[in-house]
Amino acid sequence: MTTLESAHGPEGGPVGMSRRQLLRHTAWFGAAVVLTVTSGEVISHLGTPPAAAAAVAQDPHALRFVQISDSHLGFHGPANTDVTGSFSRAINQVNTLGFRPDFVMHTGDLTHLSTPAQFDQVRQMLGGLRTGQVFTVPGEHDSVDDHGQKYRAAFGSGTRGDGWYSFDIKGVHFIALVNTLALEKLGHLGTDQLEFVRKDVAGLSSDTPIVVFSHIPLFAMYPTWGWGTDDATQALSYLRRFSSVTCLNGHVHQLFTKTDGNVTFYSATTTAYPLPHPGQGPGPIPLTLPAGQLGPALGIRDVSYQPGQHALAIRDRRLA
Amino acid sequence: MRQFTTSLALPAVAAGIATLAGAAIAVGIITSPTTAAEPGAAGPAPVVAEQAMPGMSMPAGGSPTAASGQDAPVATNAVAIQNFAFSPAIVTVKAGTTITWTNRDQDSHTVTAMPGGPFHSPTLNTGQPYQYTFTTPGRFDYLCTIHPFMTATVVVTP
Ligand SMILES: [Cu+2]
Ligand SMILES: [Fe+2]
Ligand SMILES: [Fe+2]
Repeated sequence: MTTLESAHGPEGGPVGMSRRQLLRHTAWFGAAVVLTVTSGEVISHLGTPPAAAAAVAQDPHALRFVQISDSHLGFHGPANTDVTGSFSRAINQVNTLGFRPDFVMHTGDLTHLSTPAQFDQVRQMLGGLRTGQVFTVPGEHDSVDDHGQKYRAAFGSGTRGDGWYSFDIKGVHFIALVNTLALEKLGHLGTDQLEFVRKDVAGLSSDTPIVVFSHIPLFAMYPTWGWGTDDATQALSYLRRFSSVTCLNGHVHQLFTKTDGNVTFYSATTTAYPLPHPGQGPGPIPLTLPAGQLGPALGIRDVSYQPGQHALAIRDRRLA
Repeated sequence: MRQFTTSLALPAVAAGIATLAGAAIAVGIITSPTTAAEPGAAGPAPVVAEQAMPGMSMPAGGSPTAASGQDAPVATNAVAIQNFAFSPAIVTVKAGTTITWTNRDQDSHTVTAMPGGPFHSPTLNTGQPYQYTFTTPGRFDYLCTIHPFMTATVVVTP
């Protein structure tokens, strides 16, 4: 049932994970998940042979985009004394990936406290990305005192409702949701937005790959800390008929992957500061790591999709 | 580089956690037999199946939320915001009482009533207080909009 093999990838070099550890992990996968681990990277494929991932680089029709998250501009604390510097490095890393992504999506907590100066700063910095387009969804830190008004003034043009929208690129349908405005512990979409999702996908053929962006996870990652969305099941019910649904979120400041039927969820890490793993400690409080360990906890993600493939390939890279 | 592949074994839910810490990339995997617990219910988080590496453990199931279950109501008109929590988490006061919240953390917080509630502080920086006078009896749940996991309650008696 389970295979384990060694291979040499584009990055080459050994990984810091022993064969024994890999074998232990295989016991816990119930679906066809392929993880490729190199130093500084975790590559996840769902039903995509690794060889196909390499082919994406050559294919002009392939889709490639980047997800960055939780830059928290304006945060001051020992967990990261220079979030601006870290975000600059992330942007620079995107600009030197070796390809120009079709777009970059920032999945929220752009700012730490939603001040006008912080919005100005993050807008300006995002302007330095070399990419086709920059998209965003708001985090709860982007709407701390105004139900997201300043956020929408800065980033909401062309969106609907409280800032949600959808778009299509290279055959993939993207939906960007807002689940941070409800003044409750968990994420919440609300009836207007659920209705938007229902209508938005109604005319799509079931083999259209769907990618959903949100700040707070759409799965129950750890509800005790608010890491879930109370009405996400309703939204996902409209997506059940699609053969490939990929949900990409931020908020939890760490990588996490979960597959549930046709839907795969990928939580992204942050460019600012780590949070504890679920249930470790009293709450999701910024984690101050020993000197030298912050950088490796931060990172960016790039995603590729080749027409004809079933699913997307996700590559998480630690901050360069 | 190494890779591992598992063939399709079960239509089960698989979940993983990974960090990019150092060269040692840890990927811990948890499984549960069916769809994950509904969010919203204060139910348990995904079951812990495996500790991938030292320091990479998964949650030990659900635990009671901070503001419910373990906190007894305290009769006081002073609430500290400290270590990313409101303390005490549940206070009781008589109608007409003014409560003072003071931010004792380095990070900023707010004191914001849940929808329909009457009070909304501005963003409170370190040392900054916020006051609100409760005139009507009832139960008032509130949170910090910057950190919505910080929830607490004021109970106002006649
Ligand atoms: Cu707070
Ligand atoms: Fe965040
Ligand atoms: Fe967040």
